[in-house]
Amino acid sequence: MTADFLFDRPRKPAGLFGKSFSIALLLAGYSALCWLAFSESLRNWEKVWGYRETFWNGWLTTVQISAAALILSSLIGGATALARRSSFLPLRYTAIAYVETVRGLPLMVLVLFGFYGVANALGWQDRVSAGIVILSLFSGAYIAEMIRSGIESVGRSQWDSARAIGLTPTQTYRFVVFPQVLRQTLPPLAGQFSSLIKDSSLLYIIGIPELTFAANQVNSATYSTFESFVPLGICYLLLTLPVSLWTKRLEKKTRYET
Amino acid sequence: MKISLRRIAKSYGGQCVFRSLDFEVEFEHTLALVGPSGGGKSTLLRLLAGLELPDSGEIRIDGDLIPSDEAGLRAHRQKLGVVFQAYNLFPHLTALQNIRLPLEQVHRLSTQEADSRAKQFLARFQLLDHAEKQPAQLSGGQRQRVAIARALAVDPAFLLLDEPTSALDPEMTAEVLDVIAELRTSEKPIILVTHEIGFARHTADLVALVADGGIPECSPATEFFDRPQHATTRRFLQRVLKY
Repeated sequence: MTADFLFDRPRKPAGLFGKSFSIALLLAGYSALCWLAFSESLRNWEKVWGYRETFWNGWLTTVQISAAALILSSLIGGATALARRSSFLPLRYTAIAYVETVRGLPLMVLVLFGFYGVANALGWQDRVSAGIVILSLFSGAYIAEMIRSGIESVGRSQWDSARAIGLTPTQTYRFVVFPQVLRQTLPPLAGQFSSLIKDSSLLYIIGIPELTFAANQVNSATYSTFESFVPLGICYLLLTLPVSLWTKRLEKKTRYET
Repeated sequence: MKISLRRIAKSYGGQCVFRSLDFEVEFEHTLALVGPSGGGKSTLLRLLAGLELPDSGEIRIDGDLIPSDEAGLRAHRQKLGVVFQAYNLFPHLTALQNIRLPLEQVHRLSTQEADSRAKQFLARFQLLDHAEKQPAQLSGGQRQRVAIARALAVDPAFLLLDEPTSALDPEMTAEVLDVIAELRTSEKPIILVTHEIGFARHTADLVALVADGGIPECSPATEFFDRPQHATTRRFLQRVLKY
């Protein structure tokens, strides 16, 4: 008996029986695990139900923050990726320092320093907008690296061809480089967006009433930890699973040979 | 067409390709550049294409100096057509869009004009059936023919072909060489870097040997191959014609 089955690619699609059997097995295992973990503890739903509005508001805030940070971090990522390729040295070095600092620090440190340090010193009191900016700066550093590697994966012959037909540098980026970068980076980008949604949970430490903050609040009011955090997990999955499925579809759609 | 290079120096990262190249040539249809790898053929072509600047010296084409500022170089590049070894086409665009892009964005044709011009050139190279295909769906030979169509569609002053068949198998090579041979008489002047010695002999008016940072020999094709004057040429021909 060898372990080949671990590495073999399937030669033909699985049959209906094999599929349903595997799924049933998986669900059974999953349910057993949940039963073990929660059967004794998930009993206090009445109290938590009273706080459903808190959850709803927290979830809305999380969706809003994530959506805003998604747009802002894409802009920051794109600008930084270009700055990292700039021939103007101070700009390039600033971009490198920014990316390396942010990627080297835990998000919690960034959130605390960013809000209580920088934002306070600037007199920036609005927690939600400050939180969006901090989260965008964090995520933007990763996106910048994805876009940069996307730009670098566009071959030299493509730049040569673009120059040879007389395109300006701006036209080259617009018509030749960016469309290819977009196709290359869409899948990792979508993965980053799903991280961003989860990362927004750390903003509770500066008191933004988002989803995790809400769950904490319900927990301390009802002393029902699992009854507060199981819905929390489900709420995040409701946001991240669609993004993940969308990523899979994109990967299939954008595959093309060069 | 007349080309004159005066005291051209060009090096890449410490590697000297040309120290001081002087070369003048006048030809009607096709000039073939042959020579050993690393001898400077492609560099010479890239200098003529305005894709590289010489470190010093000047290049004139039909008396006009190739400018040394980026805007001037771009204007120069817009007037000619270049085809490289491979990956000329943009993989995210169809064959038709590839030909339309320079027509619309560089030469400012209307969408309609660009479309009909692009189709006219596709039809000329029997590629109209493949207009909506992306490069990955085309064969290597078809890709190079689309690239030639794109270069010709902008009505260039002349064509520069940099080993256009070296990435192709023999059958596709023949298909692309047929196209180039057909352009020879009817069309723009062509400067062709090639390893296809037999093709150079049959199609080129003039053949020049580029080797060791110089051009030791440049003569009409039959003379070049039958009565080479220079020892370097004889050595080169001996080596490439051995098998």
